[in-house]
Amino acid sequence: MAEEVKLYGTWVSPFSRSVELALKLKGIPYEYIEEDLHNKSPDLIKCNPIHQKVPVLVHNGKPIVESLVIIEYIDETWKNNPILPQDPYQRAMARFWAKFIEEKILPLAMKATNSEEEKEKVGVEIFQLMKILEGELNEKDFFGSENIGYLDIVAAIIAVWFRVTQEFLGVKIVSEEKFPVLF
Amino acid sequence: MADEVILLDFWPSMYGMRLRIALAEKGVKYENKEQDLRNKSPLLLQMNPIHKKVPVLVHNGKPVLESSIIVQYIDEVWKDKTPLLPSDPYERAQARFWVDFIDKKLYEAGRKIWTTTGEAQEEGKKEFIEVIKTLEGQMGDKPYFGGEAFGFVDLSLIPFYSWFHAFETFAKFSVAAECLNFSAWAKRCMEKESVAKSLPDEKKVLVFLTEYRKSLGIE
Repeated sequence: MAEEVKLYGTWVSPFSRSVELALKLKGIPYEYIEEDLHNKSPDLIKCNPIHQKVPVLVHNGKPIVESLVIIEYIDETWKNNPILPQDPYQRAMARFWAKFIEEKILPLAMKATNSEEEKEKVGVEIFQLMKILEGELNEKDFFGSENIGYLDIVAAIIAVWFRVTQEFLGVKIVSEEKFPVLF
Repeated sequence: MADEVILLDFWPSMYGMRLRIALAEKGVKYENKEQDLRNKSPLLLQMNPIHKKVPVLVHNGKPVLESSIIVQYIDEVWKDKTPLLPSDPYERAQARFWVDFIDKKLYEAGRKIWTTTGEAQEEGKKEFIEVIKTLEGQMGDKPYFGGEAFGFVDLSLIPFYSWFHAFETFAKFSVAAECLNFSAWAKRCMEKESVAKSLPDEKKVLVFLTEYRKSLGIE
C-alpha cells in the first residue's frame, strides 16, 4: 500500500519547518508544496477551510492541521524513532513546553514591530521567556534528555527564526553569551 | 501503592470543569482544593510558577498544567477505563484540532460578550454564534463529537454551557433559538452523571459574572 504524504508549507514559517523536521527524523518521504500566503492555492483552502493556514499535512488524501497536532499524528502513525517520550508525565511536560514555545515565544518573535520602543519591549519579553526555557533545559543535552525529541524540534526552529528576526529587528536578543545552555 | 490526586480548581472555571468530568468518567478519587484567585495560595504558585493559573492536576506530587494536556494525561495514565480520546491517529488528530479550535475561538468570543458592551459585545455575540454553528456542522448527525461515545471534544466543550445563561442575559440572545442541534447535544451531555456533577449552577455563574463585571466597571 503506497503512502501518499504531502506537506503544504512556507519556508519562512517556523511551524512549517517543525513539521518538516519531524518528517525527516522519521525518514518519511513526502511531497512539499511551497505556498504563497498572499495567493493561497485552491488545494490549501480545500484542506484547511477553517484557518486557511500552513502547515497542512495531507496523508492519503486526509488533511491534518495545526503543527503540534500534526507532529503528534506523525509520531502515532510512524512508530520508528519516537519523537514524544513514552512516559505519560514526560509527554505532558513536552506538550506543555511546546505549547509555551508556540503560544508565547513565537508570536512575540514574529511581531513586526516599528518603533524602537516597541522593539525593545518585545526584546525584553522574549528574553524573560527564553530564560524560563533555559532553566528547563538545564544540564540536559536535549529537552527530552538523551535523544532529539518533540521539544527540540519545536525549539530548533526558534533558533533559526531568531537569526532571521534579529536581523530584521536589528536587536540581538538571543545570543550564545546570554543563553549558553540553549545554544 | 495509593495514588494521590489533587485538583487545584476554581468553581466557575470552564477548564477546571473539563478535569472534573474527565476524572469522574475514569472513576478516579481526588481531592479538590478550591483556589482564591485574588489571593493565590503558596501551593498554586509552587505548582504553576509560570502561569500561576488553575486548573492544575497534582499527581503524586508532580504538577500537570493546561487543561487539554491534563485531559490527555488522565487518559494515558488511567487507560484501562472509559477512553476519552479515539484510538485511531487520524481521529485523535481531529479531536485535538477541534479542542484547539474551541480554546482559541469560543473562549475569546465569550470573553467579548461578558467583558464589553455595545458594538464590541454585538461582535462577540456574532462570533460566538458562528463558532457554535461551525461546531454544530462538524457534529452532524452523530450523538456526540466523537461519534457514539462521549469524548475529549464533548468534555472540552460542555463546560461552556454553564456560562451560556450569563452570555444570553448580557447580550440578549438565545443559543437554543439559533442552534437547535447544539442544544440537543448539550442536553444529552447534561444527562450524564459525570457532567451534571461537574458543572456549577448557571444562575450562580450569572451572579458571579455580574459582580465581576461591576468590579471591572463595565455597565
